Amino acid sequence: MNKYNLNNKYKAIVIGGSAGSFQGITKILSNLSPDFKLPLILCLHRLKHVRNGFVEALSLKSVMTVCEPYDKENVKKGKVYLAPANYHMSVELGNYFSLSTEEMVNNSRPSIDITLGTSGYVYKEKLIGILLSGANKDGALGMKNIKNKGGLTIVQDPKECMIDTMPSAALDITEIDYILGVDGIISFLNELNSHYK
Amino acid sequence: MAEIEIADIKKIAEVVKNKYNYDFTNYAMSSFKRRIQRILDLYKINNVNALLKRISEDSAFFEEFLVEITVNVTEMFRDPSFWRVLRDDIIPSIMLNHDKIRIWHAGCSSGEEVFSMAILLKEMGVLENTQIIATDLDKEILKKAKSGKYSLKNMELNKKNYVRFQGNSSIEEYYTEQKGIAVMNPSLVENVSFREHDLVQGEVFNKFDLVLCRNVMIYFNQTLQNNVLKKFHESLFKFGYLIIGSKESLIWCDIANKFIVVNNEEKVYKKYKD
Repeated sequence: MNKYNLNNKYKAIVIGGSAGSFQGITKILSNLSPDFKLPLILCLHRLKHVRNGFVEALSLKSVMTVCEPYDKENVKKGKVYLAPANYHMSVELGNYFSLSTEEMVNNSRPSIDITLGTSGYVYKEKLIGILLSGANKDGALGMKNIKNKGGLTIVQDPKECMIDTMPSAALDITEIDYILGVDGIISFLNELNSHYK
Repeated sequence: MAEIEIADIKKIAEVVKNKYNYDFTNYAMSSFKRRIQRILDLYKINNVNALLKRISEDSAFFEEFLVEITVNVTEMFRDPSFWRVLRDDIIPSIMLNHDKIRIWHAGCSSGEEVFSMAILLKEMGVLENTQIIATDLDKEILKKAKSGKYSLKNMELNKKNYVRFQGNSSIEEYYTEQKGIAVMNPSLVENVSFREHDLVQGEVFNKFDLVLCRNVMIYFNQTLQNNVLKKFHESLFKFGYLIIGSKESLIWCDIANKFIVVNNEEKVYKKYKD
């Protein structure tokens, strides 16, 4: 299990997704190693007025605990954090989340660009960014920010995506290290985890 | 364009503090940085130094800066389930012991929540028994709140929220359409006092049964959240209510133990100890 030649320098994984990403993300969360060591920060487009149900839906099969962080909550290892409905979610220096109700970005709140961009700023080369299926371009700039800060970038293979606008937009504007199917993303993450003991 | 650095943000906060006496030193970093970037983009200012120059030389520009640096995105009846709890549980429980309800909207922005509250109280038949003080640090946004004018596009969202709130009328009853703008019925806010007040540096100025401050403290760092919470504590009568945004928490504040949780889902707290 050493296909990607990884090491244990990474501090966090951030994942963005929109239309057509729910199945993929569920599959990822249910197939990760139960002792997964890194925080998984998720920003998925969702209905603005539906506050409840998403965490529960993701939790059904997830091997890790899924929660929506409170404003100023610390980022902890081995937890899945989901951006809450109708808030933007940022990561701050000092390794905690902050939330905001600013204007929508790319017609979205939460905006993937914001979560990915601020994570890139905080974790720099110690971050892995993953962008899944989606019908708009939110997230592409965020992936570019991650790459510019030295992070590692992965998009879901556009051929496998229900709607490939989002990963394709990222491929258009920045260097992407790996184009993987959901199964590939799972083995990538589990190989990564094997370096953390 | 070069990325805005923490040092730039500190410089901006310093100039604003020295020249205009508003203190943004303890604002949450990433949203504040986005606000600065937004101002640079909106006014086509090339870099932070040019912005600093403009702020220090042009006080009319600073008024506009103040409008943009604070986040003024809000909705009527945001989180309808919260407004139902307010109507069905909180206001009735205050009314048990008081003839008159005193409410403070801290950081009221363009006034959507003030109008939501007024509509709610009117539908309960207690608007006349209520004294509301609505404050913001930005006097331009207060003018907007007072005028009660909102775009019809925003009213569509407000209407959806109102329907989910299950009000006993229809939101159209509370405004008239004038030249493509929704103008709220002024009688709703007849008894509301809109005042300039700076949560960061301002003094405690009154005592209340209910303080509403939803999604305001998320723009502050924890030091400032702590300070502001102390002011809210001081501004509440014993057993008065404090309400914050659905994803805010008091847990990590120094004086959290002086409050009890009344409704965790909707973030309703009660002052329990002096």
